[in-house]
Amino acid sequence: MNISKYLKVYKKFLHTSLASELEYKTNILVDLITAILSLIGSIFLLSIFFQNNGYIGGWKFEQALIIQAIYTILNGITNTWFNPNLTEIVKHIREGTLDFVLLKPIDSQFFISLKKLNPSGFLEIILGFFLLFFCIRINQINLNLSFLTLSLITISCSICILYSLWFFISTTTIWFVKTWNATEVLRSFLYIGRFPLNSFSFSLRIFFSIFIPIAFITTIPSEVFLGLSQSWKILLEVIVASVFFITSRKFWLFALKFYSSASS
Amino acid sequence: MLEYRVEIALWAISGIIPFFMLNIWTNNNLNESINISDVMLSRYFLCAFFVRQFSVVWVVFSFEEDSLLGKVSPYLIQPLNPFFRYFAQHLAEQITRFPFALIIAFFFFLFNPESIWMPNLGILLLSILSIFLSFLIQFLIQSIVACLCFWTEKASSIERLLFIPTLFLSGLLAPVVSFPAYVKTWIYLTPFPYLIDFPANLLSGNETNISGGLSMQILWILLLFPLFKKIWSEGTKKFTAMGS
Repeated sequence: MNISKYLKVYKKFLHTSLASELEYKTNILVDLITAILSLIGSIFLLSIFFQNNGYIGGWKFEQALIIQAIYTILNGITNTWFNPNLTEIVKHIREGTLDFVLLKPIDSQFFISLKKLNPSGFLEIILGFFLLFFCIRINQINLNLSFLTLSLITISCSICILYSLWFFISTTTIWFVKTWNATEVLRSFLYIGRFPLNSFSFSLRIFFSIFIPIAFITTIPSEVFLGLSQSWKILLEVIVASVFFITSRKFWLFALKFYSSASS
Repeated sequence: MLEYRVEIALWAISGIIPFFMLNIWTNNNLNESINISDVMLSRYFLCAFFVRQFSVVWVVFSFEEDSLLGKVSPYLIQPLNPFFRYFAQHLAEQITRFPFALIIAFFFFLFNPESIWMPNLGILLLSILSIFLSFLIQFLIQSIVACLCFWTEKASSIERLLFIPTLFLSGLLAPVVSFPAYVKTWIYLTPFPYLIDFPANLLSGNETNISGGLSMQILWILLLFPLFKKIWSEGTKKFTAMGS
């Protein structure tokens, strides 16, 4: 592994994908409006839940907003990096162009996971941060160093889990060829991340922490922000994230053994 | 269509968001404030799931792909509006999706045996009609957006924009009765509540204004259809085939 080489390659990726996306400038404007409306919509939905109740699953409205903020940031990251790249895998495999990727003198997972970038997702990330700062103010959270490191650790773990989930699903394309709908299933499950885990019934809570660890993705970072999180939960998240990341890597290498290119 | 069974099954699963919402509603006793019992609410969300399954439309994405790849030109020569082709595709897929939706409903009843009910024949026929009308409204709206491909090439981002109000205002995530008063005053004038909320209320036996709902659905179709015809004829005039 040569880090400086990979950084250099990534710079080139950034350059080419930004150049191609900026061709569609009105598209970016439409995407901005979509991101804003989507955030307003989910806050509206949350306000319906809270209109006659002070607490949902033990969370106040102001606290639940933090979850929305973190969800928005993570969704922005998904739209910027994961979604454009990992839907591309499906195309590579169907059209047999994965051969060209595998022949390049660079790690194939690195190449297909970071090749493309969709700048309109940035707007969502910025929106999410705005909401997060607003939440920090209304919840009167003290910013100090240990809090910042903890929140940074948990959020990066969430990104790791999210990436691995997307990558898993996309890798299964090698066997099933068309998994476009599988990513749609993942998307609808991830939607749950907008709400505190405690607002669901016990069986769903178990499901969302063991089978699809959506619980870890937004609820634990939000708990860190509120200072409610126990250290074992944070430790657990770190473990889950690394397990997911390593298995997704292993799974990719395993799946490649089954790849038979399109015309051979 | 039967070739893609797995794909369609996954589609059916991806529609289960209403069940998660139901879980939030009943688990936190939120329905007490809007005077709907647990059983009625669970029927509502099951019906919302069904309505969504049989009214989902993706004509924008098909049309955008076809127009970017230049496949629209041969369609235009045929003496039939190409949207009939997409219309038939949608209907065929809805029929294939029916058994999967039934399986999901079966599991739903297995976990919630108290919410089993059988709507009477008249209501059933009326709700099938209203689901079909809801499908027509969405098909027309998306076809209008799809025609924008003639001008912008990437119409799917406009569709994603329109999907947001559809998602939050149609009643898929929360029944329209639960909306705050300042939204309820104007929402019944928009097409959104007639997409999911009205057919789902009708099918589940919740209180709703049947004749008012159906006539609003028909009114929206009568408004949208001429608009589609207009934009289609304008768009085909504007159309320049790839490579010509």
